[in-house]
Amino acid sequence: MSAAADSVAPRSRSLWSDAWVVLRRNRAAMTALCLLAGMTLLVLVGPFLSPFTYDGTDWDQVSSPPSLANGHWFGTDGLGRDLFVRTLYGGRISLLVGAVATAVSLLIGITYGAVAGYVGGRTDQFMMRIVDILYALPFMFLVILLMVLFGRNIVLIFFAIGAINWLDMARIVRGQALTLRGKEYVEAARAGGVRGGRIIRRHIVPNLLGVVIVYATLTVPQVILVESFLSFLGLGVQEPMTSWGALVNEGAQELENAPWMLLFPAVSLAMTLFCFNFIGDGLRDALDPRDRSA
Amino acid sequence: MPRDAPDPQNRRVLRFAIQRLLGAIPTLLVLIALAFFLIRLAPGGPFDTEKTLPPEIEANLRAAYNLDEPLPMQLGRYLWNLAQGDFGPSFQYRDFTVTELIATGFPVSLRLGSLAMLLALALGISAGTLAALRQNRPADYALMGAAMTGISIPNFVLAPLLVLVFAVWLGWLPAGGLGDGSLRYVVLPVIALALPQVAYIARLTRGSMIEVLRSPFIRTARAQGLPTRTVILRHALKPALLPVVSYLGPALAAIITGSVVVEQIFGVPGLGRFFVQGALNRDYTLVMGVVVFYGSLIIALNFLVDLVYGWLDPRLRHG
Repeated sequence: MSAAADSVAPRSRSLWSDAWVVLRRNRAAMTALCLLAGMTLLVLVGPFLSPFTYDGTDWDQVSSPPSLANGHWFGTDGLGRDLFVRTLYGGRISLLVGAVATAVSLLIGITYGAVAGYVGGRTDQFMMRIVDILYALPFMFLVILLMVLFGRNIVLIFFAIGAINWLDMARIVRGQALTLRGKEYVEAARAGGVRGGRIIRRHIVPNLLGVVIVYATLTVPQVILVESFLSFLGLGVQEPMTSWGALVNEGAQELENAPWMLLFPAVSLAMTLFCFNFIGDGLRDALDPRDRSA
Repeated sequence: MPRDAPDPQNRRVLRFAIQRLLGAIPTLLVLIALAFFLIRLAPGGPFDTEKTLPPEIEANLRAAYNLDEPLPMQLGRYLWNLAQGDFGPSFQYRDFTVTELIATGFPVSLRLGSLAMLLALALGISAGTLAALRQNRPADYALMGAAMTGISIPNFVLAPLLVLVFAVWLGWLPAGGLGDGSLRYVVLPVIALALPQVAYIARLTRGSMIEVLRSPFIRTARAQGLPTRTVILRHALKPALLPVVSYLGPALAAIITGSVVVEQIFGVPGLGRFFVQGALNRDYTLVMGVVVFYGSLIIALNFLVDLVYGWLDPRLRHG
């Protein structure tokens, strides 16, 4: 503190650099960030380090426990497939779902919320009423229904999960947009003859990014969870491709004979969710001024 | 004021209730219509089998299930039947109606779900209060760390892990089934269902309890020399629990959703397991029946929670 006061001309500090300072001091969040970066790297590069493929069968090593000697570091499943590679492939699916579905939910949520908040009035009330109605629907059941009806298609899963997760985002963005629309610079833009769509894009959305980032980080674990839930039930990713949910399911069935089949994917999934939750919490402390007192 | 004017307080609560009810009804209709049209949009029919059926037989089947009527009429018929508690026949379990399947499975699920909810509330509120009283001290950090872990471990991961440790390795509890229906058999499923909710409720309680403990009326109570126990139980707990009450709706939904996988893992013959079987067998009417049934249940319970909230929150009662 005193160092900052002593320096003659402090450089201007944006919201982002401030947030970065707060975040960097948050040890839990930083650890989570590093872990996650490592995990992402491993998931991308790891399969090349192993001589095995995700769907190849090693007939000599069926249901092998984890072993360094035979090269199956996480062991193999009942079909002799290498679990190290399969777990990493599952990780690719989970992280990809996290990214794609979150992007979809951001796109819908921000657009919807910013329009409702900026336009305000009756339009806003009507749009938010729809959100209220959708909010009370049991979405997991509807997604399962969707999977049952339209087949177990990975692309559909990605978009379906994103398309149901935008409600929170829309509410948050709308609340922010509602306060932003009264700000002087928005008024100035309007007085200058800038049209609504452009104001929303250039003035409203950039200024609510802080909150959006926090909730996006918290959306990622949610969508990863939904995908693994579906895959666990056998309604998500289909064989021979796999995902953490599917692997946990296979492991749960071989619990007594091959506990490693459960443990590796279970720990990977839990650890990923854990990291995202910690980062989200840390970001909230860093970017959301309301919570700073606590 | 005229003598027979209704008490304004009751009127406000009544208006609030009606307002909420008017909100719940469209949700319910949207849910039913959505499920109904999704099913009709789906490629492939319920009678798709390996063998192609002769067209006359298929036409007869369609007529028997009223699938040859125009869509709005089918929807009307479906709604009318629903109103009478008839969810139609199951396509897979030929001898049962969906209503019968729900009547068989739901009591089992209800028992698991309500035990899990009670456990989640009891543990979550105590842990959250404890953490708030020890804010930023080791006990707080330990409890909140545990809560974060609880939130991050989904129940379909937790459940097999519990089985592995307590049933396979330690052999303390049965790994699945309902056995003779005694409590031993439901311990693990209930814990698997409840733990993530314990974590959420603990975090919510801690947050709002910290805020309430800072407020002037608590300081007054303390200044009067009341013991901490009394301050918490008599004064702080009720306002601090408001966020928990409003979380009850999502918690119920999460427990119901969770029961689908937990029943699957523990082999509990509840409604969730029928649902998964139906989903894997493409049993349209069963899946739709369960979606509508559980959906309506969630909406109805949410309505009740809203009422409780309105009754608890003096800001709503007194305007």
